[in-house]
Order: sequence, then structure tokens, then C-alpha cells
Amino acid sequence: MKVIATSKLTKFFGKTRALNGVDLEVKQGEVFGYIGPNGAGKTTTIRILLGILQANEGQAQLLGQDAWQDAVGIHRQVAYVPGEVNLWPDLTGGEVIDLFVKLRGTNNSSRREEMIERFDLDPSKKCGTYSKGNRQKVALVAAFSSDADLYILDEPSAGLDPLMEKEFHECVGEVKQQGKTVFLSSHILSEVEKLCDKVSIIRQGEIIESGSLKDLRHLTRTEMLIETRKPVHGLEDFKGVHNVQQKDLEYSFQVDSEELGRVIQHLGQFEVIKLESAPPKLEDIFMRYYRGSGAEE
Amino acid sequence: MRRGLFNKAGVNARLIFRRDRWRLLFWILGIFLLTVVVAFAYTELVPTQHERMVMAETMRNPAVTAMFGPGFGLDDYNYGAIMGHQMLLFTALIVAIMFILMVARHTPGDEENGRIELIRSLPVGRLSNLSATILVCSGACLVLTLLIGLGLYATGIEGLDLEGSLYYGLVLGATGFFFTAATALMAQLAESSRGTMGFSFGLLGFSYLIRAIGDVGTEALSWLSPLGWVIRSEVYVNNYFWPIGLTLGGGLLLVGLAFYLHTLRDLEAGFIPTRSGRKTASPFLQGPLGLGLRLQRTTIIAWIVGLFVLGASYGSVLGDLETYLESMELIQVMLIDVEGFSLTEQFLPMLMSVIAIIATIPVLLLTLKIRGEEDKNRTEHFLARAVSRSRVMGSFLLLAIVVMIGVLLFGVFGLYSAGAAVMEEPISLNTMLKSLLVYAPAVLAMIGLGVLIIGFAPRRTGLAWLYLGYSFFVVYLGEMLQLPDWMARLSPFGHIPRYPLEEIVFSTLIIITLIAGGLMALGFWGYNRRDIYG
Repeated sequence: MKVIATSKLTKFFGKTRALNGVDLEVKQGEVFGYIGPNGAGKTTTIRILLGILQANEGQAQLLGQDAWQDAVGIHRQVAYVPGEVNLWPDLTGGEVIDLFVKLRGTNNSSRREEMIERFDLDPSKKCGTYSKGNRQKVALVAAFSSDADLYILDEPSAGLDPLMEKEFHECVGEVKQQGKTVFLSSHILSEVEKLCDKVSIIRQGEIIESGSLKDLRHLTRTEMLIETRKPVHGLEDFKGVHNVQQKDLEYSFQVDSEELGRVIQHLGQFEVIKLESAPPKLEDIFMRYYRGSGAEE
Repeated sequence: MRRGLFNKAGVNARLIFRRDRWRLLFWILGIFLLTVVVAFAYTELVPTQHERMVMAETMRNPAVTAMFGPGFGLDDYNYGAIMGHQMLLFTALIVAIMFILMVARHTPGDEENGRIELIRSLPVGRLSNLSATILVCSGACLVLTLLIGLGLYATGIEGLDLEGSLYYGLVLGATGFFFTAATALMAQLAESSRGTMGFSFGLLGFSYLIRAIGDVGTEALSWLSPLGWVIRSEVYVNNYFWPIGLTLGGGLLLVGLAFYLHTLRDLEAGFIPTRSGRKTASPFLQGPLGLGLRLQRTTIIAWIVGLFVLGASYGSVLGDLETYLESMELIQVMLIDVEGFSLTEQFLPMLMSVIAIIATIPVLLLTLKIRGEEDKNRTEHFLARAVSRSRVMGSFLLLAIVVMIGVLLFGVFGLYSAGAAVMEEPISLNTMLKSLLVYAPAVLAMIGLGVLIIGFAPRRTGLAWLYLGYSFFVVYLGEMLQLPDWMARLSPFGHIPRYPLEEIVFSTLIIITLIAGGLMALGFWGYNRRDIYG
């Protein structure tokens, strides 16, 4: 079942085109990573999904209903964490969490205390005295203590310290185990790599790459470092091998993922004594596109 | 200087001045113009010695003493004595507010924003920012003193002599300095700029209150209040310097204390820790309505009290108004014979229109709060959850309407209770209620305009205030300036029947209410269709 489906979403702000024909598809139980540099259109997309902005063209459906028309109904099943959490300075964190839970129309806050403890939040403090990270925690506690089907998270770990980030990752893992769907926008690639099943990359309002991480890794190269007893011949000429660098009998190079097997076979004859390989990184894919955008400008 | 605590304070002061030059200019110029305009207004209001003496009589009652302080120079109530008695205390309040805001902005405010951290990492003294803020504010006090002192003298109004005018300015400057110092001290005690402002405004309100109680009853209490000192310099009449010396000395003491405490504390810390609040939401905090009420409760209570006091202060002069007008037999005969109403009753619709327009301010503030929340990116907390736009708008609208009824009623109660106490033949509560509540449709129309603007032109909320200002201008000053009738008719307030002088025309009221309802419906429609910014 499709939890999120958009087709050709286009949004203008005045004359600026913020989104240009964005197609997204998120299935139930998936953790979906939505990545792109700042200003690419991630938050705009999320605001359209939440019915806060109306798309100029195209359709957005959440849980089988129209994102704009049926916003209120949809949101009973959605938990949302904004990227920039602005709270009422006079209210305490605890009050805000309770208010948020109530605003969703459900009264299920059984996990509230547990979440407050896990995120190490002092709920008796006024929001005006909270740091950015603490305001983020308020939103995270409210989201994860509610019983939603879809979690929409807009760069949620910005401002969290590493311990809290880990806690957040565990929360995502738990809701995933329960078969919930997570839509995670981020520009922290290691996070997306760790948590997500599928990703879409957006740049300047357009989706430039979509697929499972496995699919995307075909587009990347594995980093290899080897040491052999015999000098290696013919590495440079090998199809799919790049940037060979040699220091005595140590070689470092990059291999296209689909050529990896044949290269390893070839290396076998030179008596390998050390082999290190770094997995292809999402960062590489991302940087390739990112550089691409830089070159255009 | 010792351990370089004040190092680079001059540079810092220049930075503060550079950032705030316009703000300072507007404040000082505003206070100056207000003072001069009011001085001229008195020459129009009470042009003859006889009228001034009648006014002096009306000053001899406890309600007035509580408001303005004990009267002085009542035997020869010239313009100097009038300004020194009726205007000085209020101007001092405004000056105090100005400097509380200035200091709170620069000491804890800048600390919270992390700017002080940047500056403190440079070779700059620990007390540099605080002393620079006090330096700039003291400079502003000095400018204010001279500008108002010389300005009042330059008006050439009889009774405003040079010495008295300079004392008038000096009292204001000294008050400004005192509250600069007091706020600087509060900034050391509180943890945040909100806390600092809370403490400082609390001090100001408390000063006013114990002065009022002291002036009416136990005079010793007034000596505890810096605002009690203000009035005791009796400018223009006696020109006592020692209350001013007391104010300045007290200010210096507070500055010293603030400096001392500042060297002891950490950056962004205060001596009085923020009290921890509720860990869970109360049953009232269930949705946008509960939230609106919770966020605005202090404001709402303040405005309700404010309207009550406004009504009461008008009411307290109603009794004297009769005496005042009775003393001018000619006018009394003319008006009563022509209209068939008592003079006070003729005065009533004018009073009510002013109360109604002032009551519109909190109501419009509440209505436009929806937009303020949107601006601060907090509307999305509702809309991203299971709350419809109509419910968000409806909650704030409902709150605005309830508050409208509250402030109007309390305005009438204030007017009635004070009026009944001082009048020989009090106007009935029923008449008063009717003459004010007829304005409710006009206030509703202003709310309607606010909702319409939020629905269609959310960035133009200033238009609503402009229109309210226009309404005040044409309704309050229209007759005095003899503006053409159609100018008043452009405002909903100009259509309201002037009960009890005119019959209540229900069709007019219903039409205005329907227009208000139509505007609201349109606004809802627009709000449901547009993007939420923020």
C-alpha cells in the first residue's frame, strides 16, 4: 500500500519555482530518505504533504487521501517533527507535549514518560529557556509518544548531541519494526544511510535520483586498498578501475561496483596480503550530483 | 581601570548607539511632542483663569489624587501647575517604560542572542556591555531633560518659566536614569530578558500602586516609590531639588549594585533561577482555544483592568463635570433647554465612543494574533496535526469576541461605579450599558476586517490598525475639527446611534453586524484556501 504518493508536484513562490514535477512514492513500512542540500525544496515538499501549502500543479496523496482536502483526517494518523521547532516561550515543555498529543485528536500518551526519560528532557522548564536541541526534543517526544501510522520528520536530528541522535535512530528503528512508515528529510547522509530503505535526492526542486540504497550503490565505486607480495600488472587498463595510486606494493584505487568481482579475481594471482575495502557511500552519489549543480552555475 | 572590567566600553556604547539611534530618536521625539502638544491642548481646554480654578476644584478628590498624585499650586492653578500635576507623572511612566525596554534589549536580550559571547571573546571588559548600555541610556536621559526643559520653555505658554521647565525635564531624565539602573539590576537577577522585563515592569507597576495608596492614605508609603518622589518635586510651583537628588542617588546606588552582581555571575545566568513550571498540561490546555487563552491571559486581564480603570477615571469626573458645567450658567441653560438631557448625559456618547475604540485595541490584538503565530511558524503545530484552519481561526475569533464583551462590560462597570459614587443623580446602569453596547457591532466590524485581512492579505495587518486610528480620529476629533459628515461615515463607529441622545436604530446595528459577519465569512474562506507562510 502506498502511504505517500505524489505526481508532478509543482510549487511557485511568486516567480520562483520551488518544486518542479516532484514524484514520490513511499510504501507502507518503509523508511524513506529525502535528501538534498539546503534550499532544494525538502521543506516545501513536506509542507505540501501536510496541507500547509497548496501545490500549484500535481497531486499529493497521503494514506490514500488528498493532502490538501483531507488534511485534518490524514493528520490523525501522522506525527510530524518540523526542522525548525518554534515553541511558545511561556509554556513549559511538558505542557507543549500534552497539547501536541491532544491536538492530534488522540489521547494516547502512554509512552510520554518513557520518551521524556529517553530524550533526557526536563518538561518543567519554559520553552523560552530551551536550546534549539531541547526544542527539537520536545517535538520528538510528542511525535514518538503518539501512536501514528506515518512519521514525517524534517531534519529532526539537527541540534541533537550524538547520544540523543542515537536515541532518535533507535526510535525510528522501533516504529519501523511496528510496520510504521517514516518519511525522513535530511542532509546528514550517514543518518540516511543508516536508517533508510529507499531514498530520493532532490536538487533545485527536482528529483534527480530515486531508488533503494542497493540500487543506488550500483552507481558508485568501492574504495579499495591492497598490499601484495608481487607487483600488480594491468590494473590501470582494467575496465571500471579508476584513480590507481601505488606506493611500493600498496595500491589504492576505486572500482565500479559491478566490476568488483572480476577485479578481485584478477588480483588473486599477485598474492594479496592485505585488503581493505570501504563500502560505497551515499555521500559519493550525493556529491556527484551536488558538484554537477555547482558546475552548471 | 581595575582589572580592565570596563575595557572598550566606549566602543561598545557607540555600537549600541549605532544600532538604536532610530529607536532612541523616535522615543525621545515622541515623548517630547506629546509633552508639547498636551501643553498647548491645555491652553485650548481651560483658556481662562476662572476655568482653571474650576479645574483645580475637580482635582481635590481622592480618585484624582490616586491617579495623578496630590495636587499642588491649586490656589493659583496656572499652566505650569497643571502640567506638573496632571502630566508629569504619566510622562515619567512612559519614560520609565522606554528605558526598561532599552536596557532589557541590550543586557539579557543580547546575551540570549549570543551576541555578548562574541563580544566578550574579544579583549573587552566584563562590565563593558552593561556600562555601555547605562552610558547610552544616561545620555538619552540627558538629551530628554534638555529637549523637554527647553522645549516647554520655548512654547512661551504663560506659567511655563525656564526654571520650572528645566525641573520638569530633569524629573523625567532622573526617572529615566533610575529605571535604567533598576532594569540593569533586574537583568542581573533574572535569567532572561522576559524575566528582566517582568521584574522591571512589576517594579514600575508596584511603584505606581503604592504611590497611589500612599497619596490617598498613608503618605509614608509614597516615600518608598520612585514615582512618589517624581510628583514631590512640585515643578513650576516650588521646584524642590531634593526629590530629584534622591532619584539620581538611588539610581547610582542601583548601578553600583548591578555592576557588583554582574561581576559575580556567569554569562546568561541570574541570581533568581527561573521557577520550574507544570510538567503536564492542565485540562484547559486542550486545543487552540485553550492555548490562546493561556498565552493571552495576562494581556486579557491587564486590558480588562485597564478598561475598568479608564471607565472609573472618566466616572470619577462625572460628578465634578456637573459642578464644572453648573458654574458656567450660560452653557448649562443653552444645552439643557435645547436637548432636554442633562449635560452629563450629553457627554456620555462621546465617552462611550472613546471607550469602545480603546476596547477595540485588545480585541484586534487577539484577532491578529493568528497572523503573529503564523509569522513565528507556530501555526504549523496546529495544521500539521488534526486541527482544521477553520478551527484555528474560529478559536481565536471566539476568544476575541468574548474579550470584546468583557472589556466593554468592565468599561461600563468602571464608569458606573465611579460615577454613582460621585454624582448626585447617577445615570442608571441600564442607560450606560445601552449607550456602550450599541458600539459592539462596530467593534465586530473591526474584528471582521481583521479576519478578512488575515484571509487575503496576511502581510497587511497594519491596515486594520490604520483604520482603527482613522476611526478614532474622525469620531473623537471629527466634531471638534468640524470634519464633513461623510468622513465619520467611512468608519463603522460613525454609524452608531448616539444613545441616549438619539434613539437606538436596530436596523443600522443589524446591518453593521451582518457586514461584520460577511467579512468574517470571507476571511475564513480565504484563510482556508491560502498557503500558510512563516
